[in-house]
Amino acid sequence: MSVDQETARRAAHLARIRVEEAELPALAARLSAILDFAAQLSEVDVEGVEPMTSVTPMALKMRDDVVTDGGIREKILANAPDARQGFFAVPKVVE
Amino acid sequence: MTALNRLTLAEARDGLRRKDFTSAEITADCLEAMEGAKALNAVTCPTPEKAMEMAKAADVRLAAGDAPDMCGLPLGIKDLFCTEGVQSQAASNILAGFLPPYESTTTAQLWRDGAVMLGKLNMDEFAMGSSNETSAYGPAISPWRRPGSNAPLTPGGSSGGSAAAVSADLCLAATGTDTGGSIRQPAAFTGIVGVKPTYGRVSRRGIVAFASSLDQAGPMTKTVRDAAIMLRAMAGHDPLDSTSADLPVPDFEAAIGADIRGKVIGLPREYRVEGMPAEIEPLWSKGRAMLEDAGAEVREISLPHTKYALPAYYIIAPAEASSNLARYDGVRYGARAKIRPGEGITALYERTRAEGFGAEVKARLLTGAYVLSAGYYDAYYLRAQKVRALIKRDFEEAFAAGVDAILTPATPSAAFALGEVGADDPVAMYLNDVFTVTVNLAGLPGVSVPAGTDAQGLPLGLQLIGRPWEEADMLSIARAIEERAAFSAKPERWW
Repeated sequence: MSVDQETARRAAHLARIRVEEAELPALAARLSAILDFAAQLSEVDVEGVEPMTSVTPMALKMRDDVVTDGGIREKILANAPDARQGFFAVPKVVE
Repeated sequence: MTALNRLTLAEARDGLRRKDFTSAEITADCLEAMEGAKALNAVTCPTPEKAMEMAKAADVRLAAGDAPDMCGLPLGIKDLFCTEGVQSQAASNILAGFLPPYESTTTAQLWRDGAVMLGKLNMDEFAMGSSNETSAYGPAISPWRRPGSNAPLTPGGSSGGSAAAVSADLCLAATGTDTGGSIRQPAAFTGIVGVKPTYGRVSRRGIVAFASSLDQAGPMTKTVRDAAIMLRAMAGHDPLDSTSADLPVPDFEAAIGADIRGKVIGLPREYRVEGMPAEIEPLWSKGRAMLEDAGAEVREISLPHTKYALPAYYIIAPAEASSNLARYDGVRYGARAKIRPGEGITALYERTRAEGFGAEVKARLLTGAYVLSAGYYDAYYLRAQKVRALIKRDFEEAFAAGVDAILTPATPSAAFALGEVGADDPVAMYLNDVFTVTVNLAGLPGVSVPAGTDAQGLPLGLQLIGRPWEEADMLSIARAIEERAAFSAKPERWW
């Protein structure tokens, strides 16, 4: 088992997913299964190989620096669980 | 007259022009078939009123003449596509109630051409799964069954609802998306055709993102010709997707029936996997014989890094997913969890994501967060991206040596029963993608063609992998297989 419960807890916090203590052993086992499977990658000689960063070799296109969108506040807020006075509403962030 | 929902896209297109029937009639037959197929759980949100409205508008356009090929043809749309004002949840509870204020580019192009939307189709949650069992709606069920058994089989995943719907004739065709095999595996499991285009051929704008460097949308259809017709409507440059290719879209259908004599087909020796059921190897040999019969030259090739594709995929895809799915935080759209007194914004995120995501999605997001975290990035993510470069290079070398297309089995087995795979070992479920995932990593086009059945009469598919941007060539070779395999089995109706 390559991942302990503490590591699983840390990964869950990084992913901003609340996990209960009781869920940790299963999550750690699951993470271990994947990472043990991926351990095969260490057999590959990657000396001097550039990591792949773009799927097809193409230059990103530039577009004119002009306003193409906007003025759709109602559309943007339409799906918000809590929107008030034209803003997204969230619990207090600053004490 | 036979039920019009059983037509292919080409038959319906041609019949509409002969005035044999109307789009409203085809659409009504599809809606009736959908209504009678609740047991398949393939449809997450039917849109019958919208469908009839669109069909009537298509009939007006057809009567006026000069309508595009897709005009009046009723389709099912995978729940991953944003459809304006119509429930689009990626089969996840975290997007409960989400009504997109805009339309995905791909579906917009289909509607521009006059196609008709029948409704949204079931899938694995956020397209993460190979059996449809991770869907928040419960799994879609295959119309196929093993002889003498009522055990529900998977239609595959993640585009399982699309596969079930096309195979059971609930629609003429459907959209799917493919990140590691999610179009081709369900197509193979249900005896239909599924195309994963070259990365960049079809816009990803408005399709809920899973792993952005791997995701591609494509058609799931009853025939290779239909796939060619529908791909043409879905493809094309989109300024709103910076990875969409600014290349002309060819008339893919013109390639159907083209002479493939002299084409060089590669058979990668690394695609012989231990523990495959006895039917797979003969199916592959049959495919080879069919292409030789069509005049192609078949040669054995080597793609040496094949065995590292799945482990690389299961690092890269969760890493990209953990970044893409960070947007589901309970603030801007979807579900929001209740927080306790004294809790703040972090608790809101953590509780919302704990309640909203299913177990498979959570496991992958944790994996992604872990492999991208300080101290592990080089060992896992960076190494996986280097291995990915080597996998791509394997294909480039094969193509440079003169290979036009590569023939492999589509899946390592026929469809399995729900609950049969992966319960105690997640990696067992991942092995479904063993033949398809290399194609996503290398950004290539691939197609699954029904080519035979296993000992129990369940469909099996062959996969062709094409050169980048050469979908037309790939489809002409796929047609040669389809013609010779003459796969005509249909599931017997039990639903």
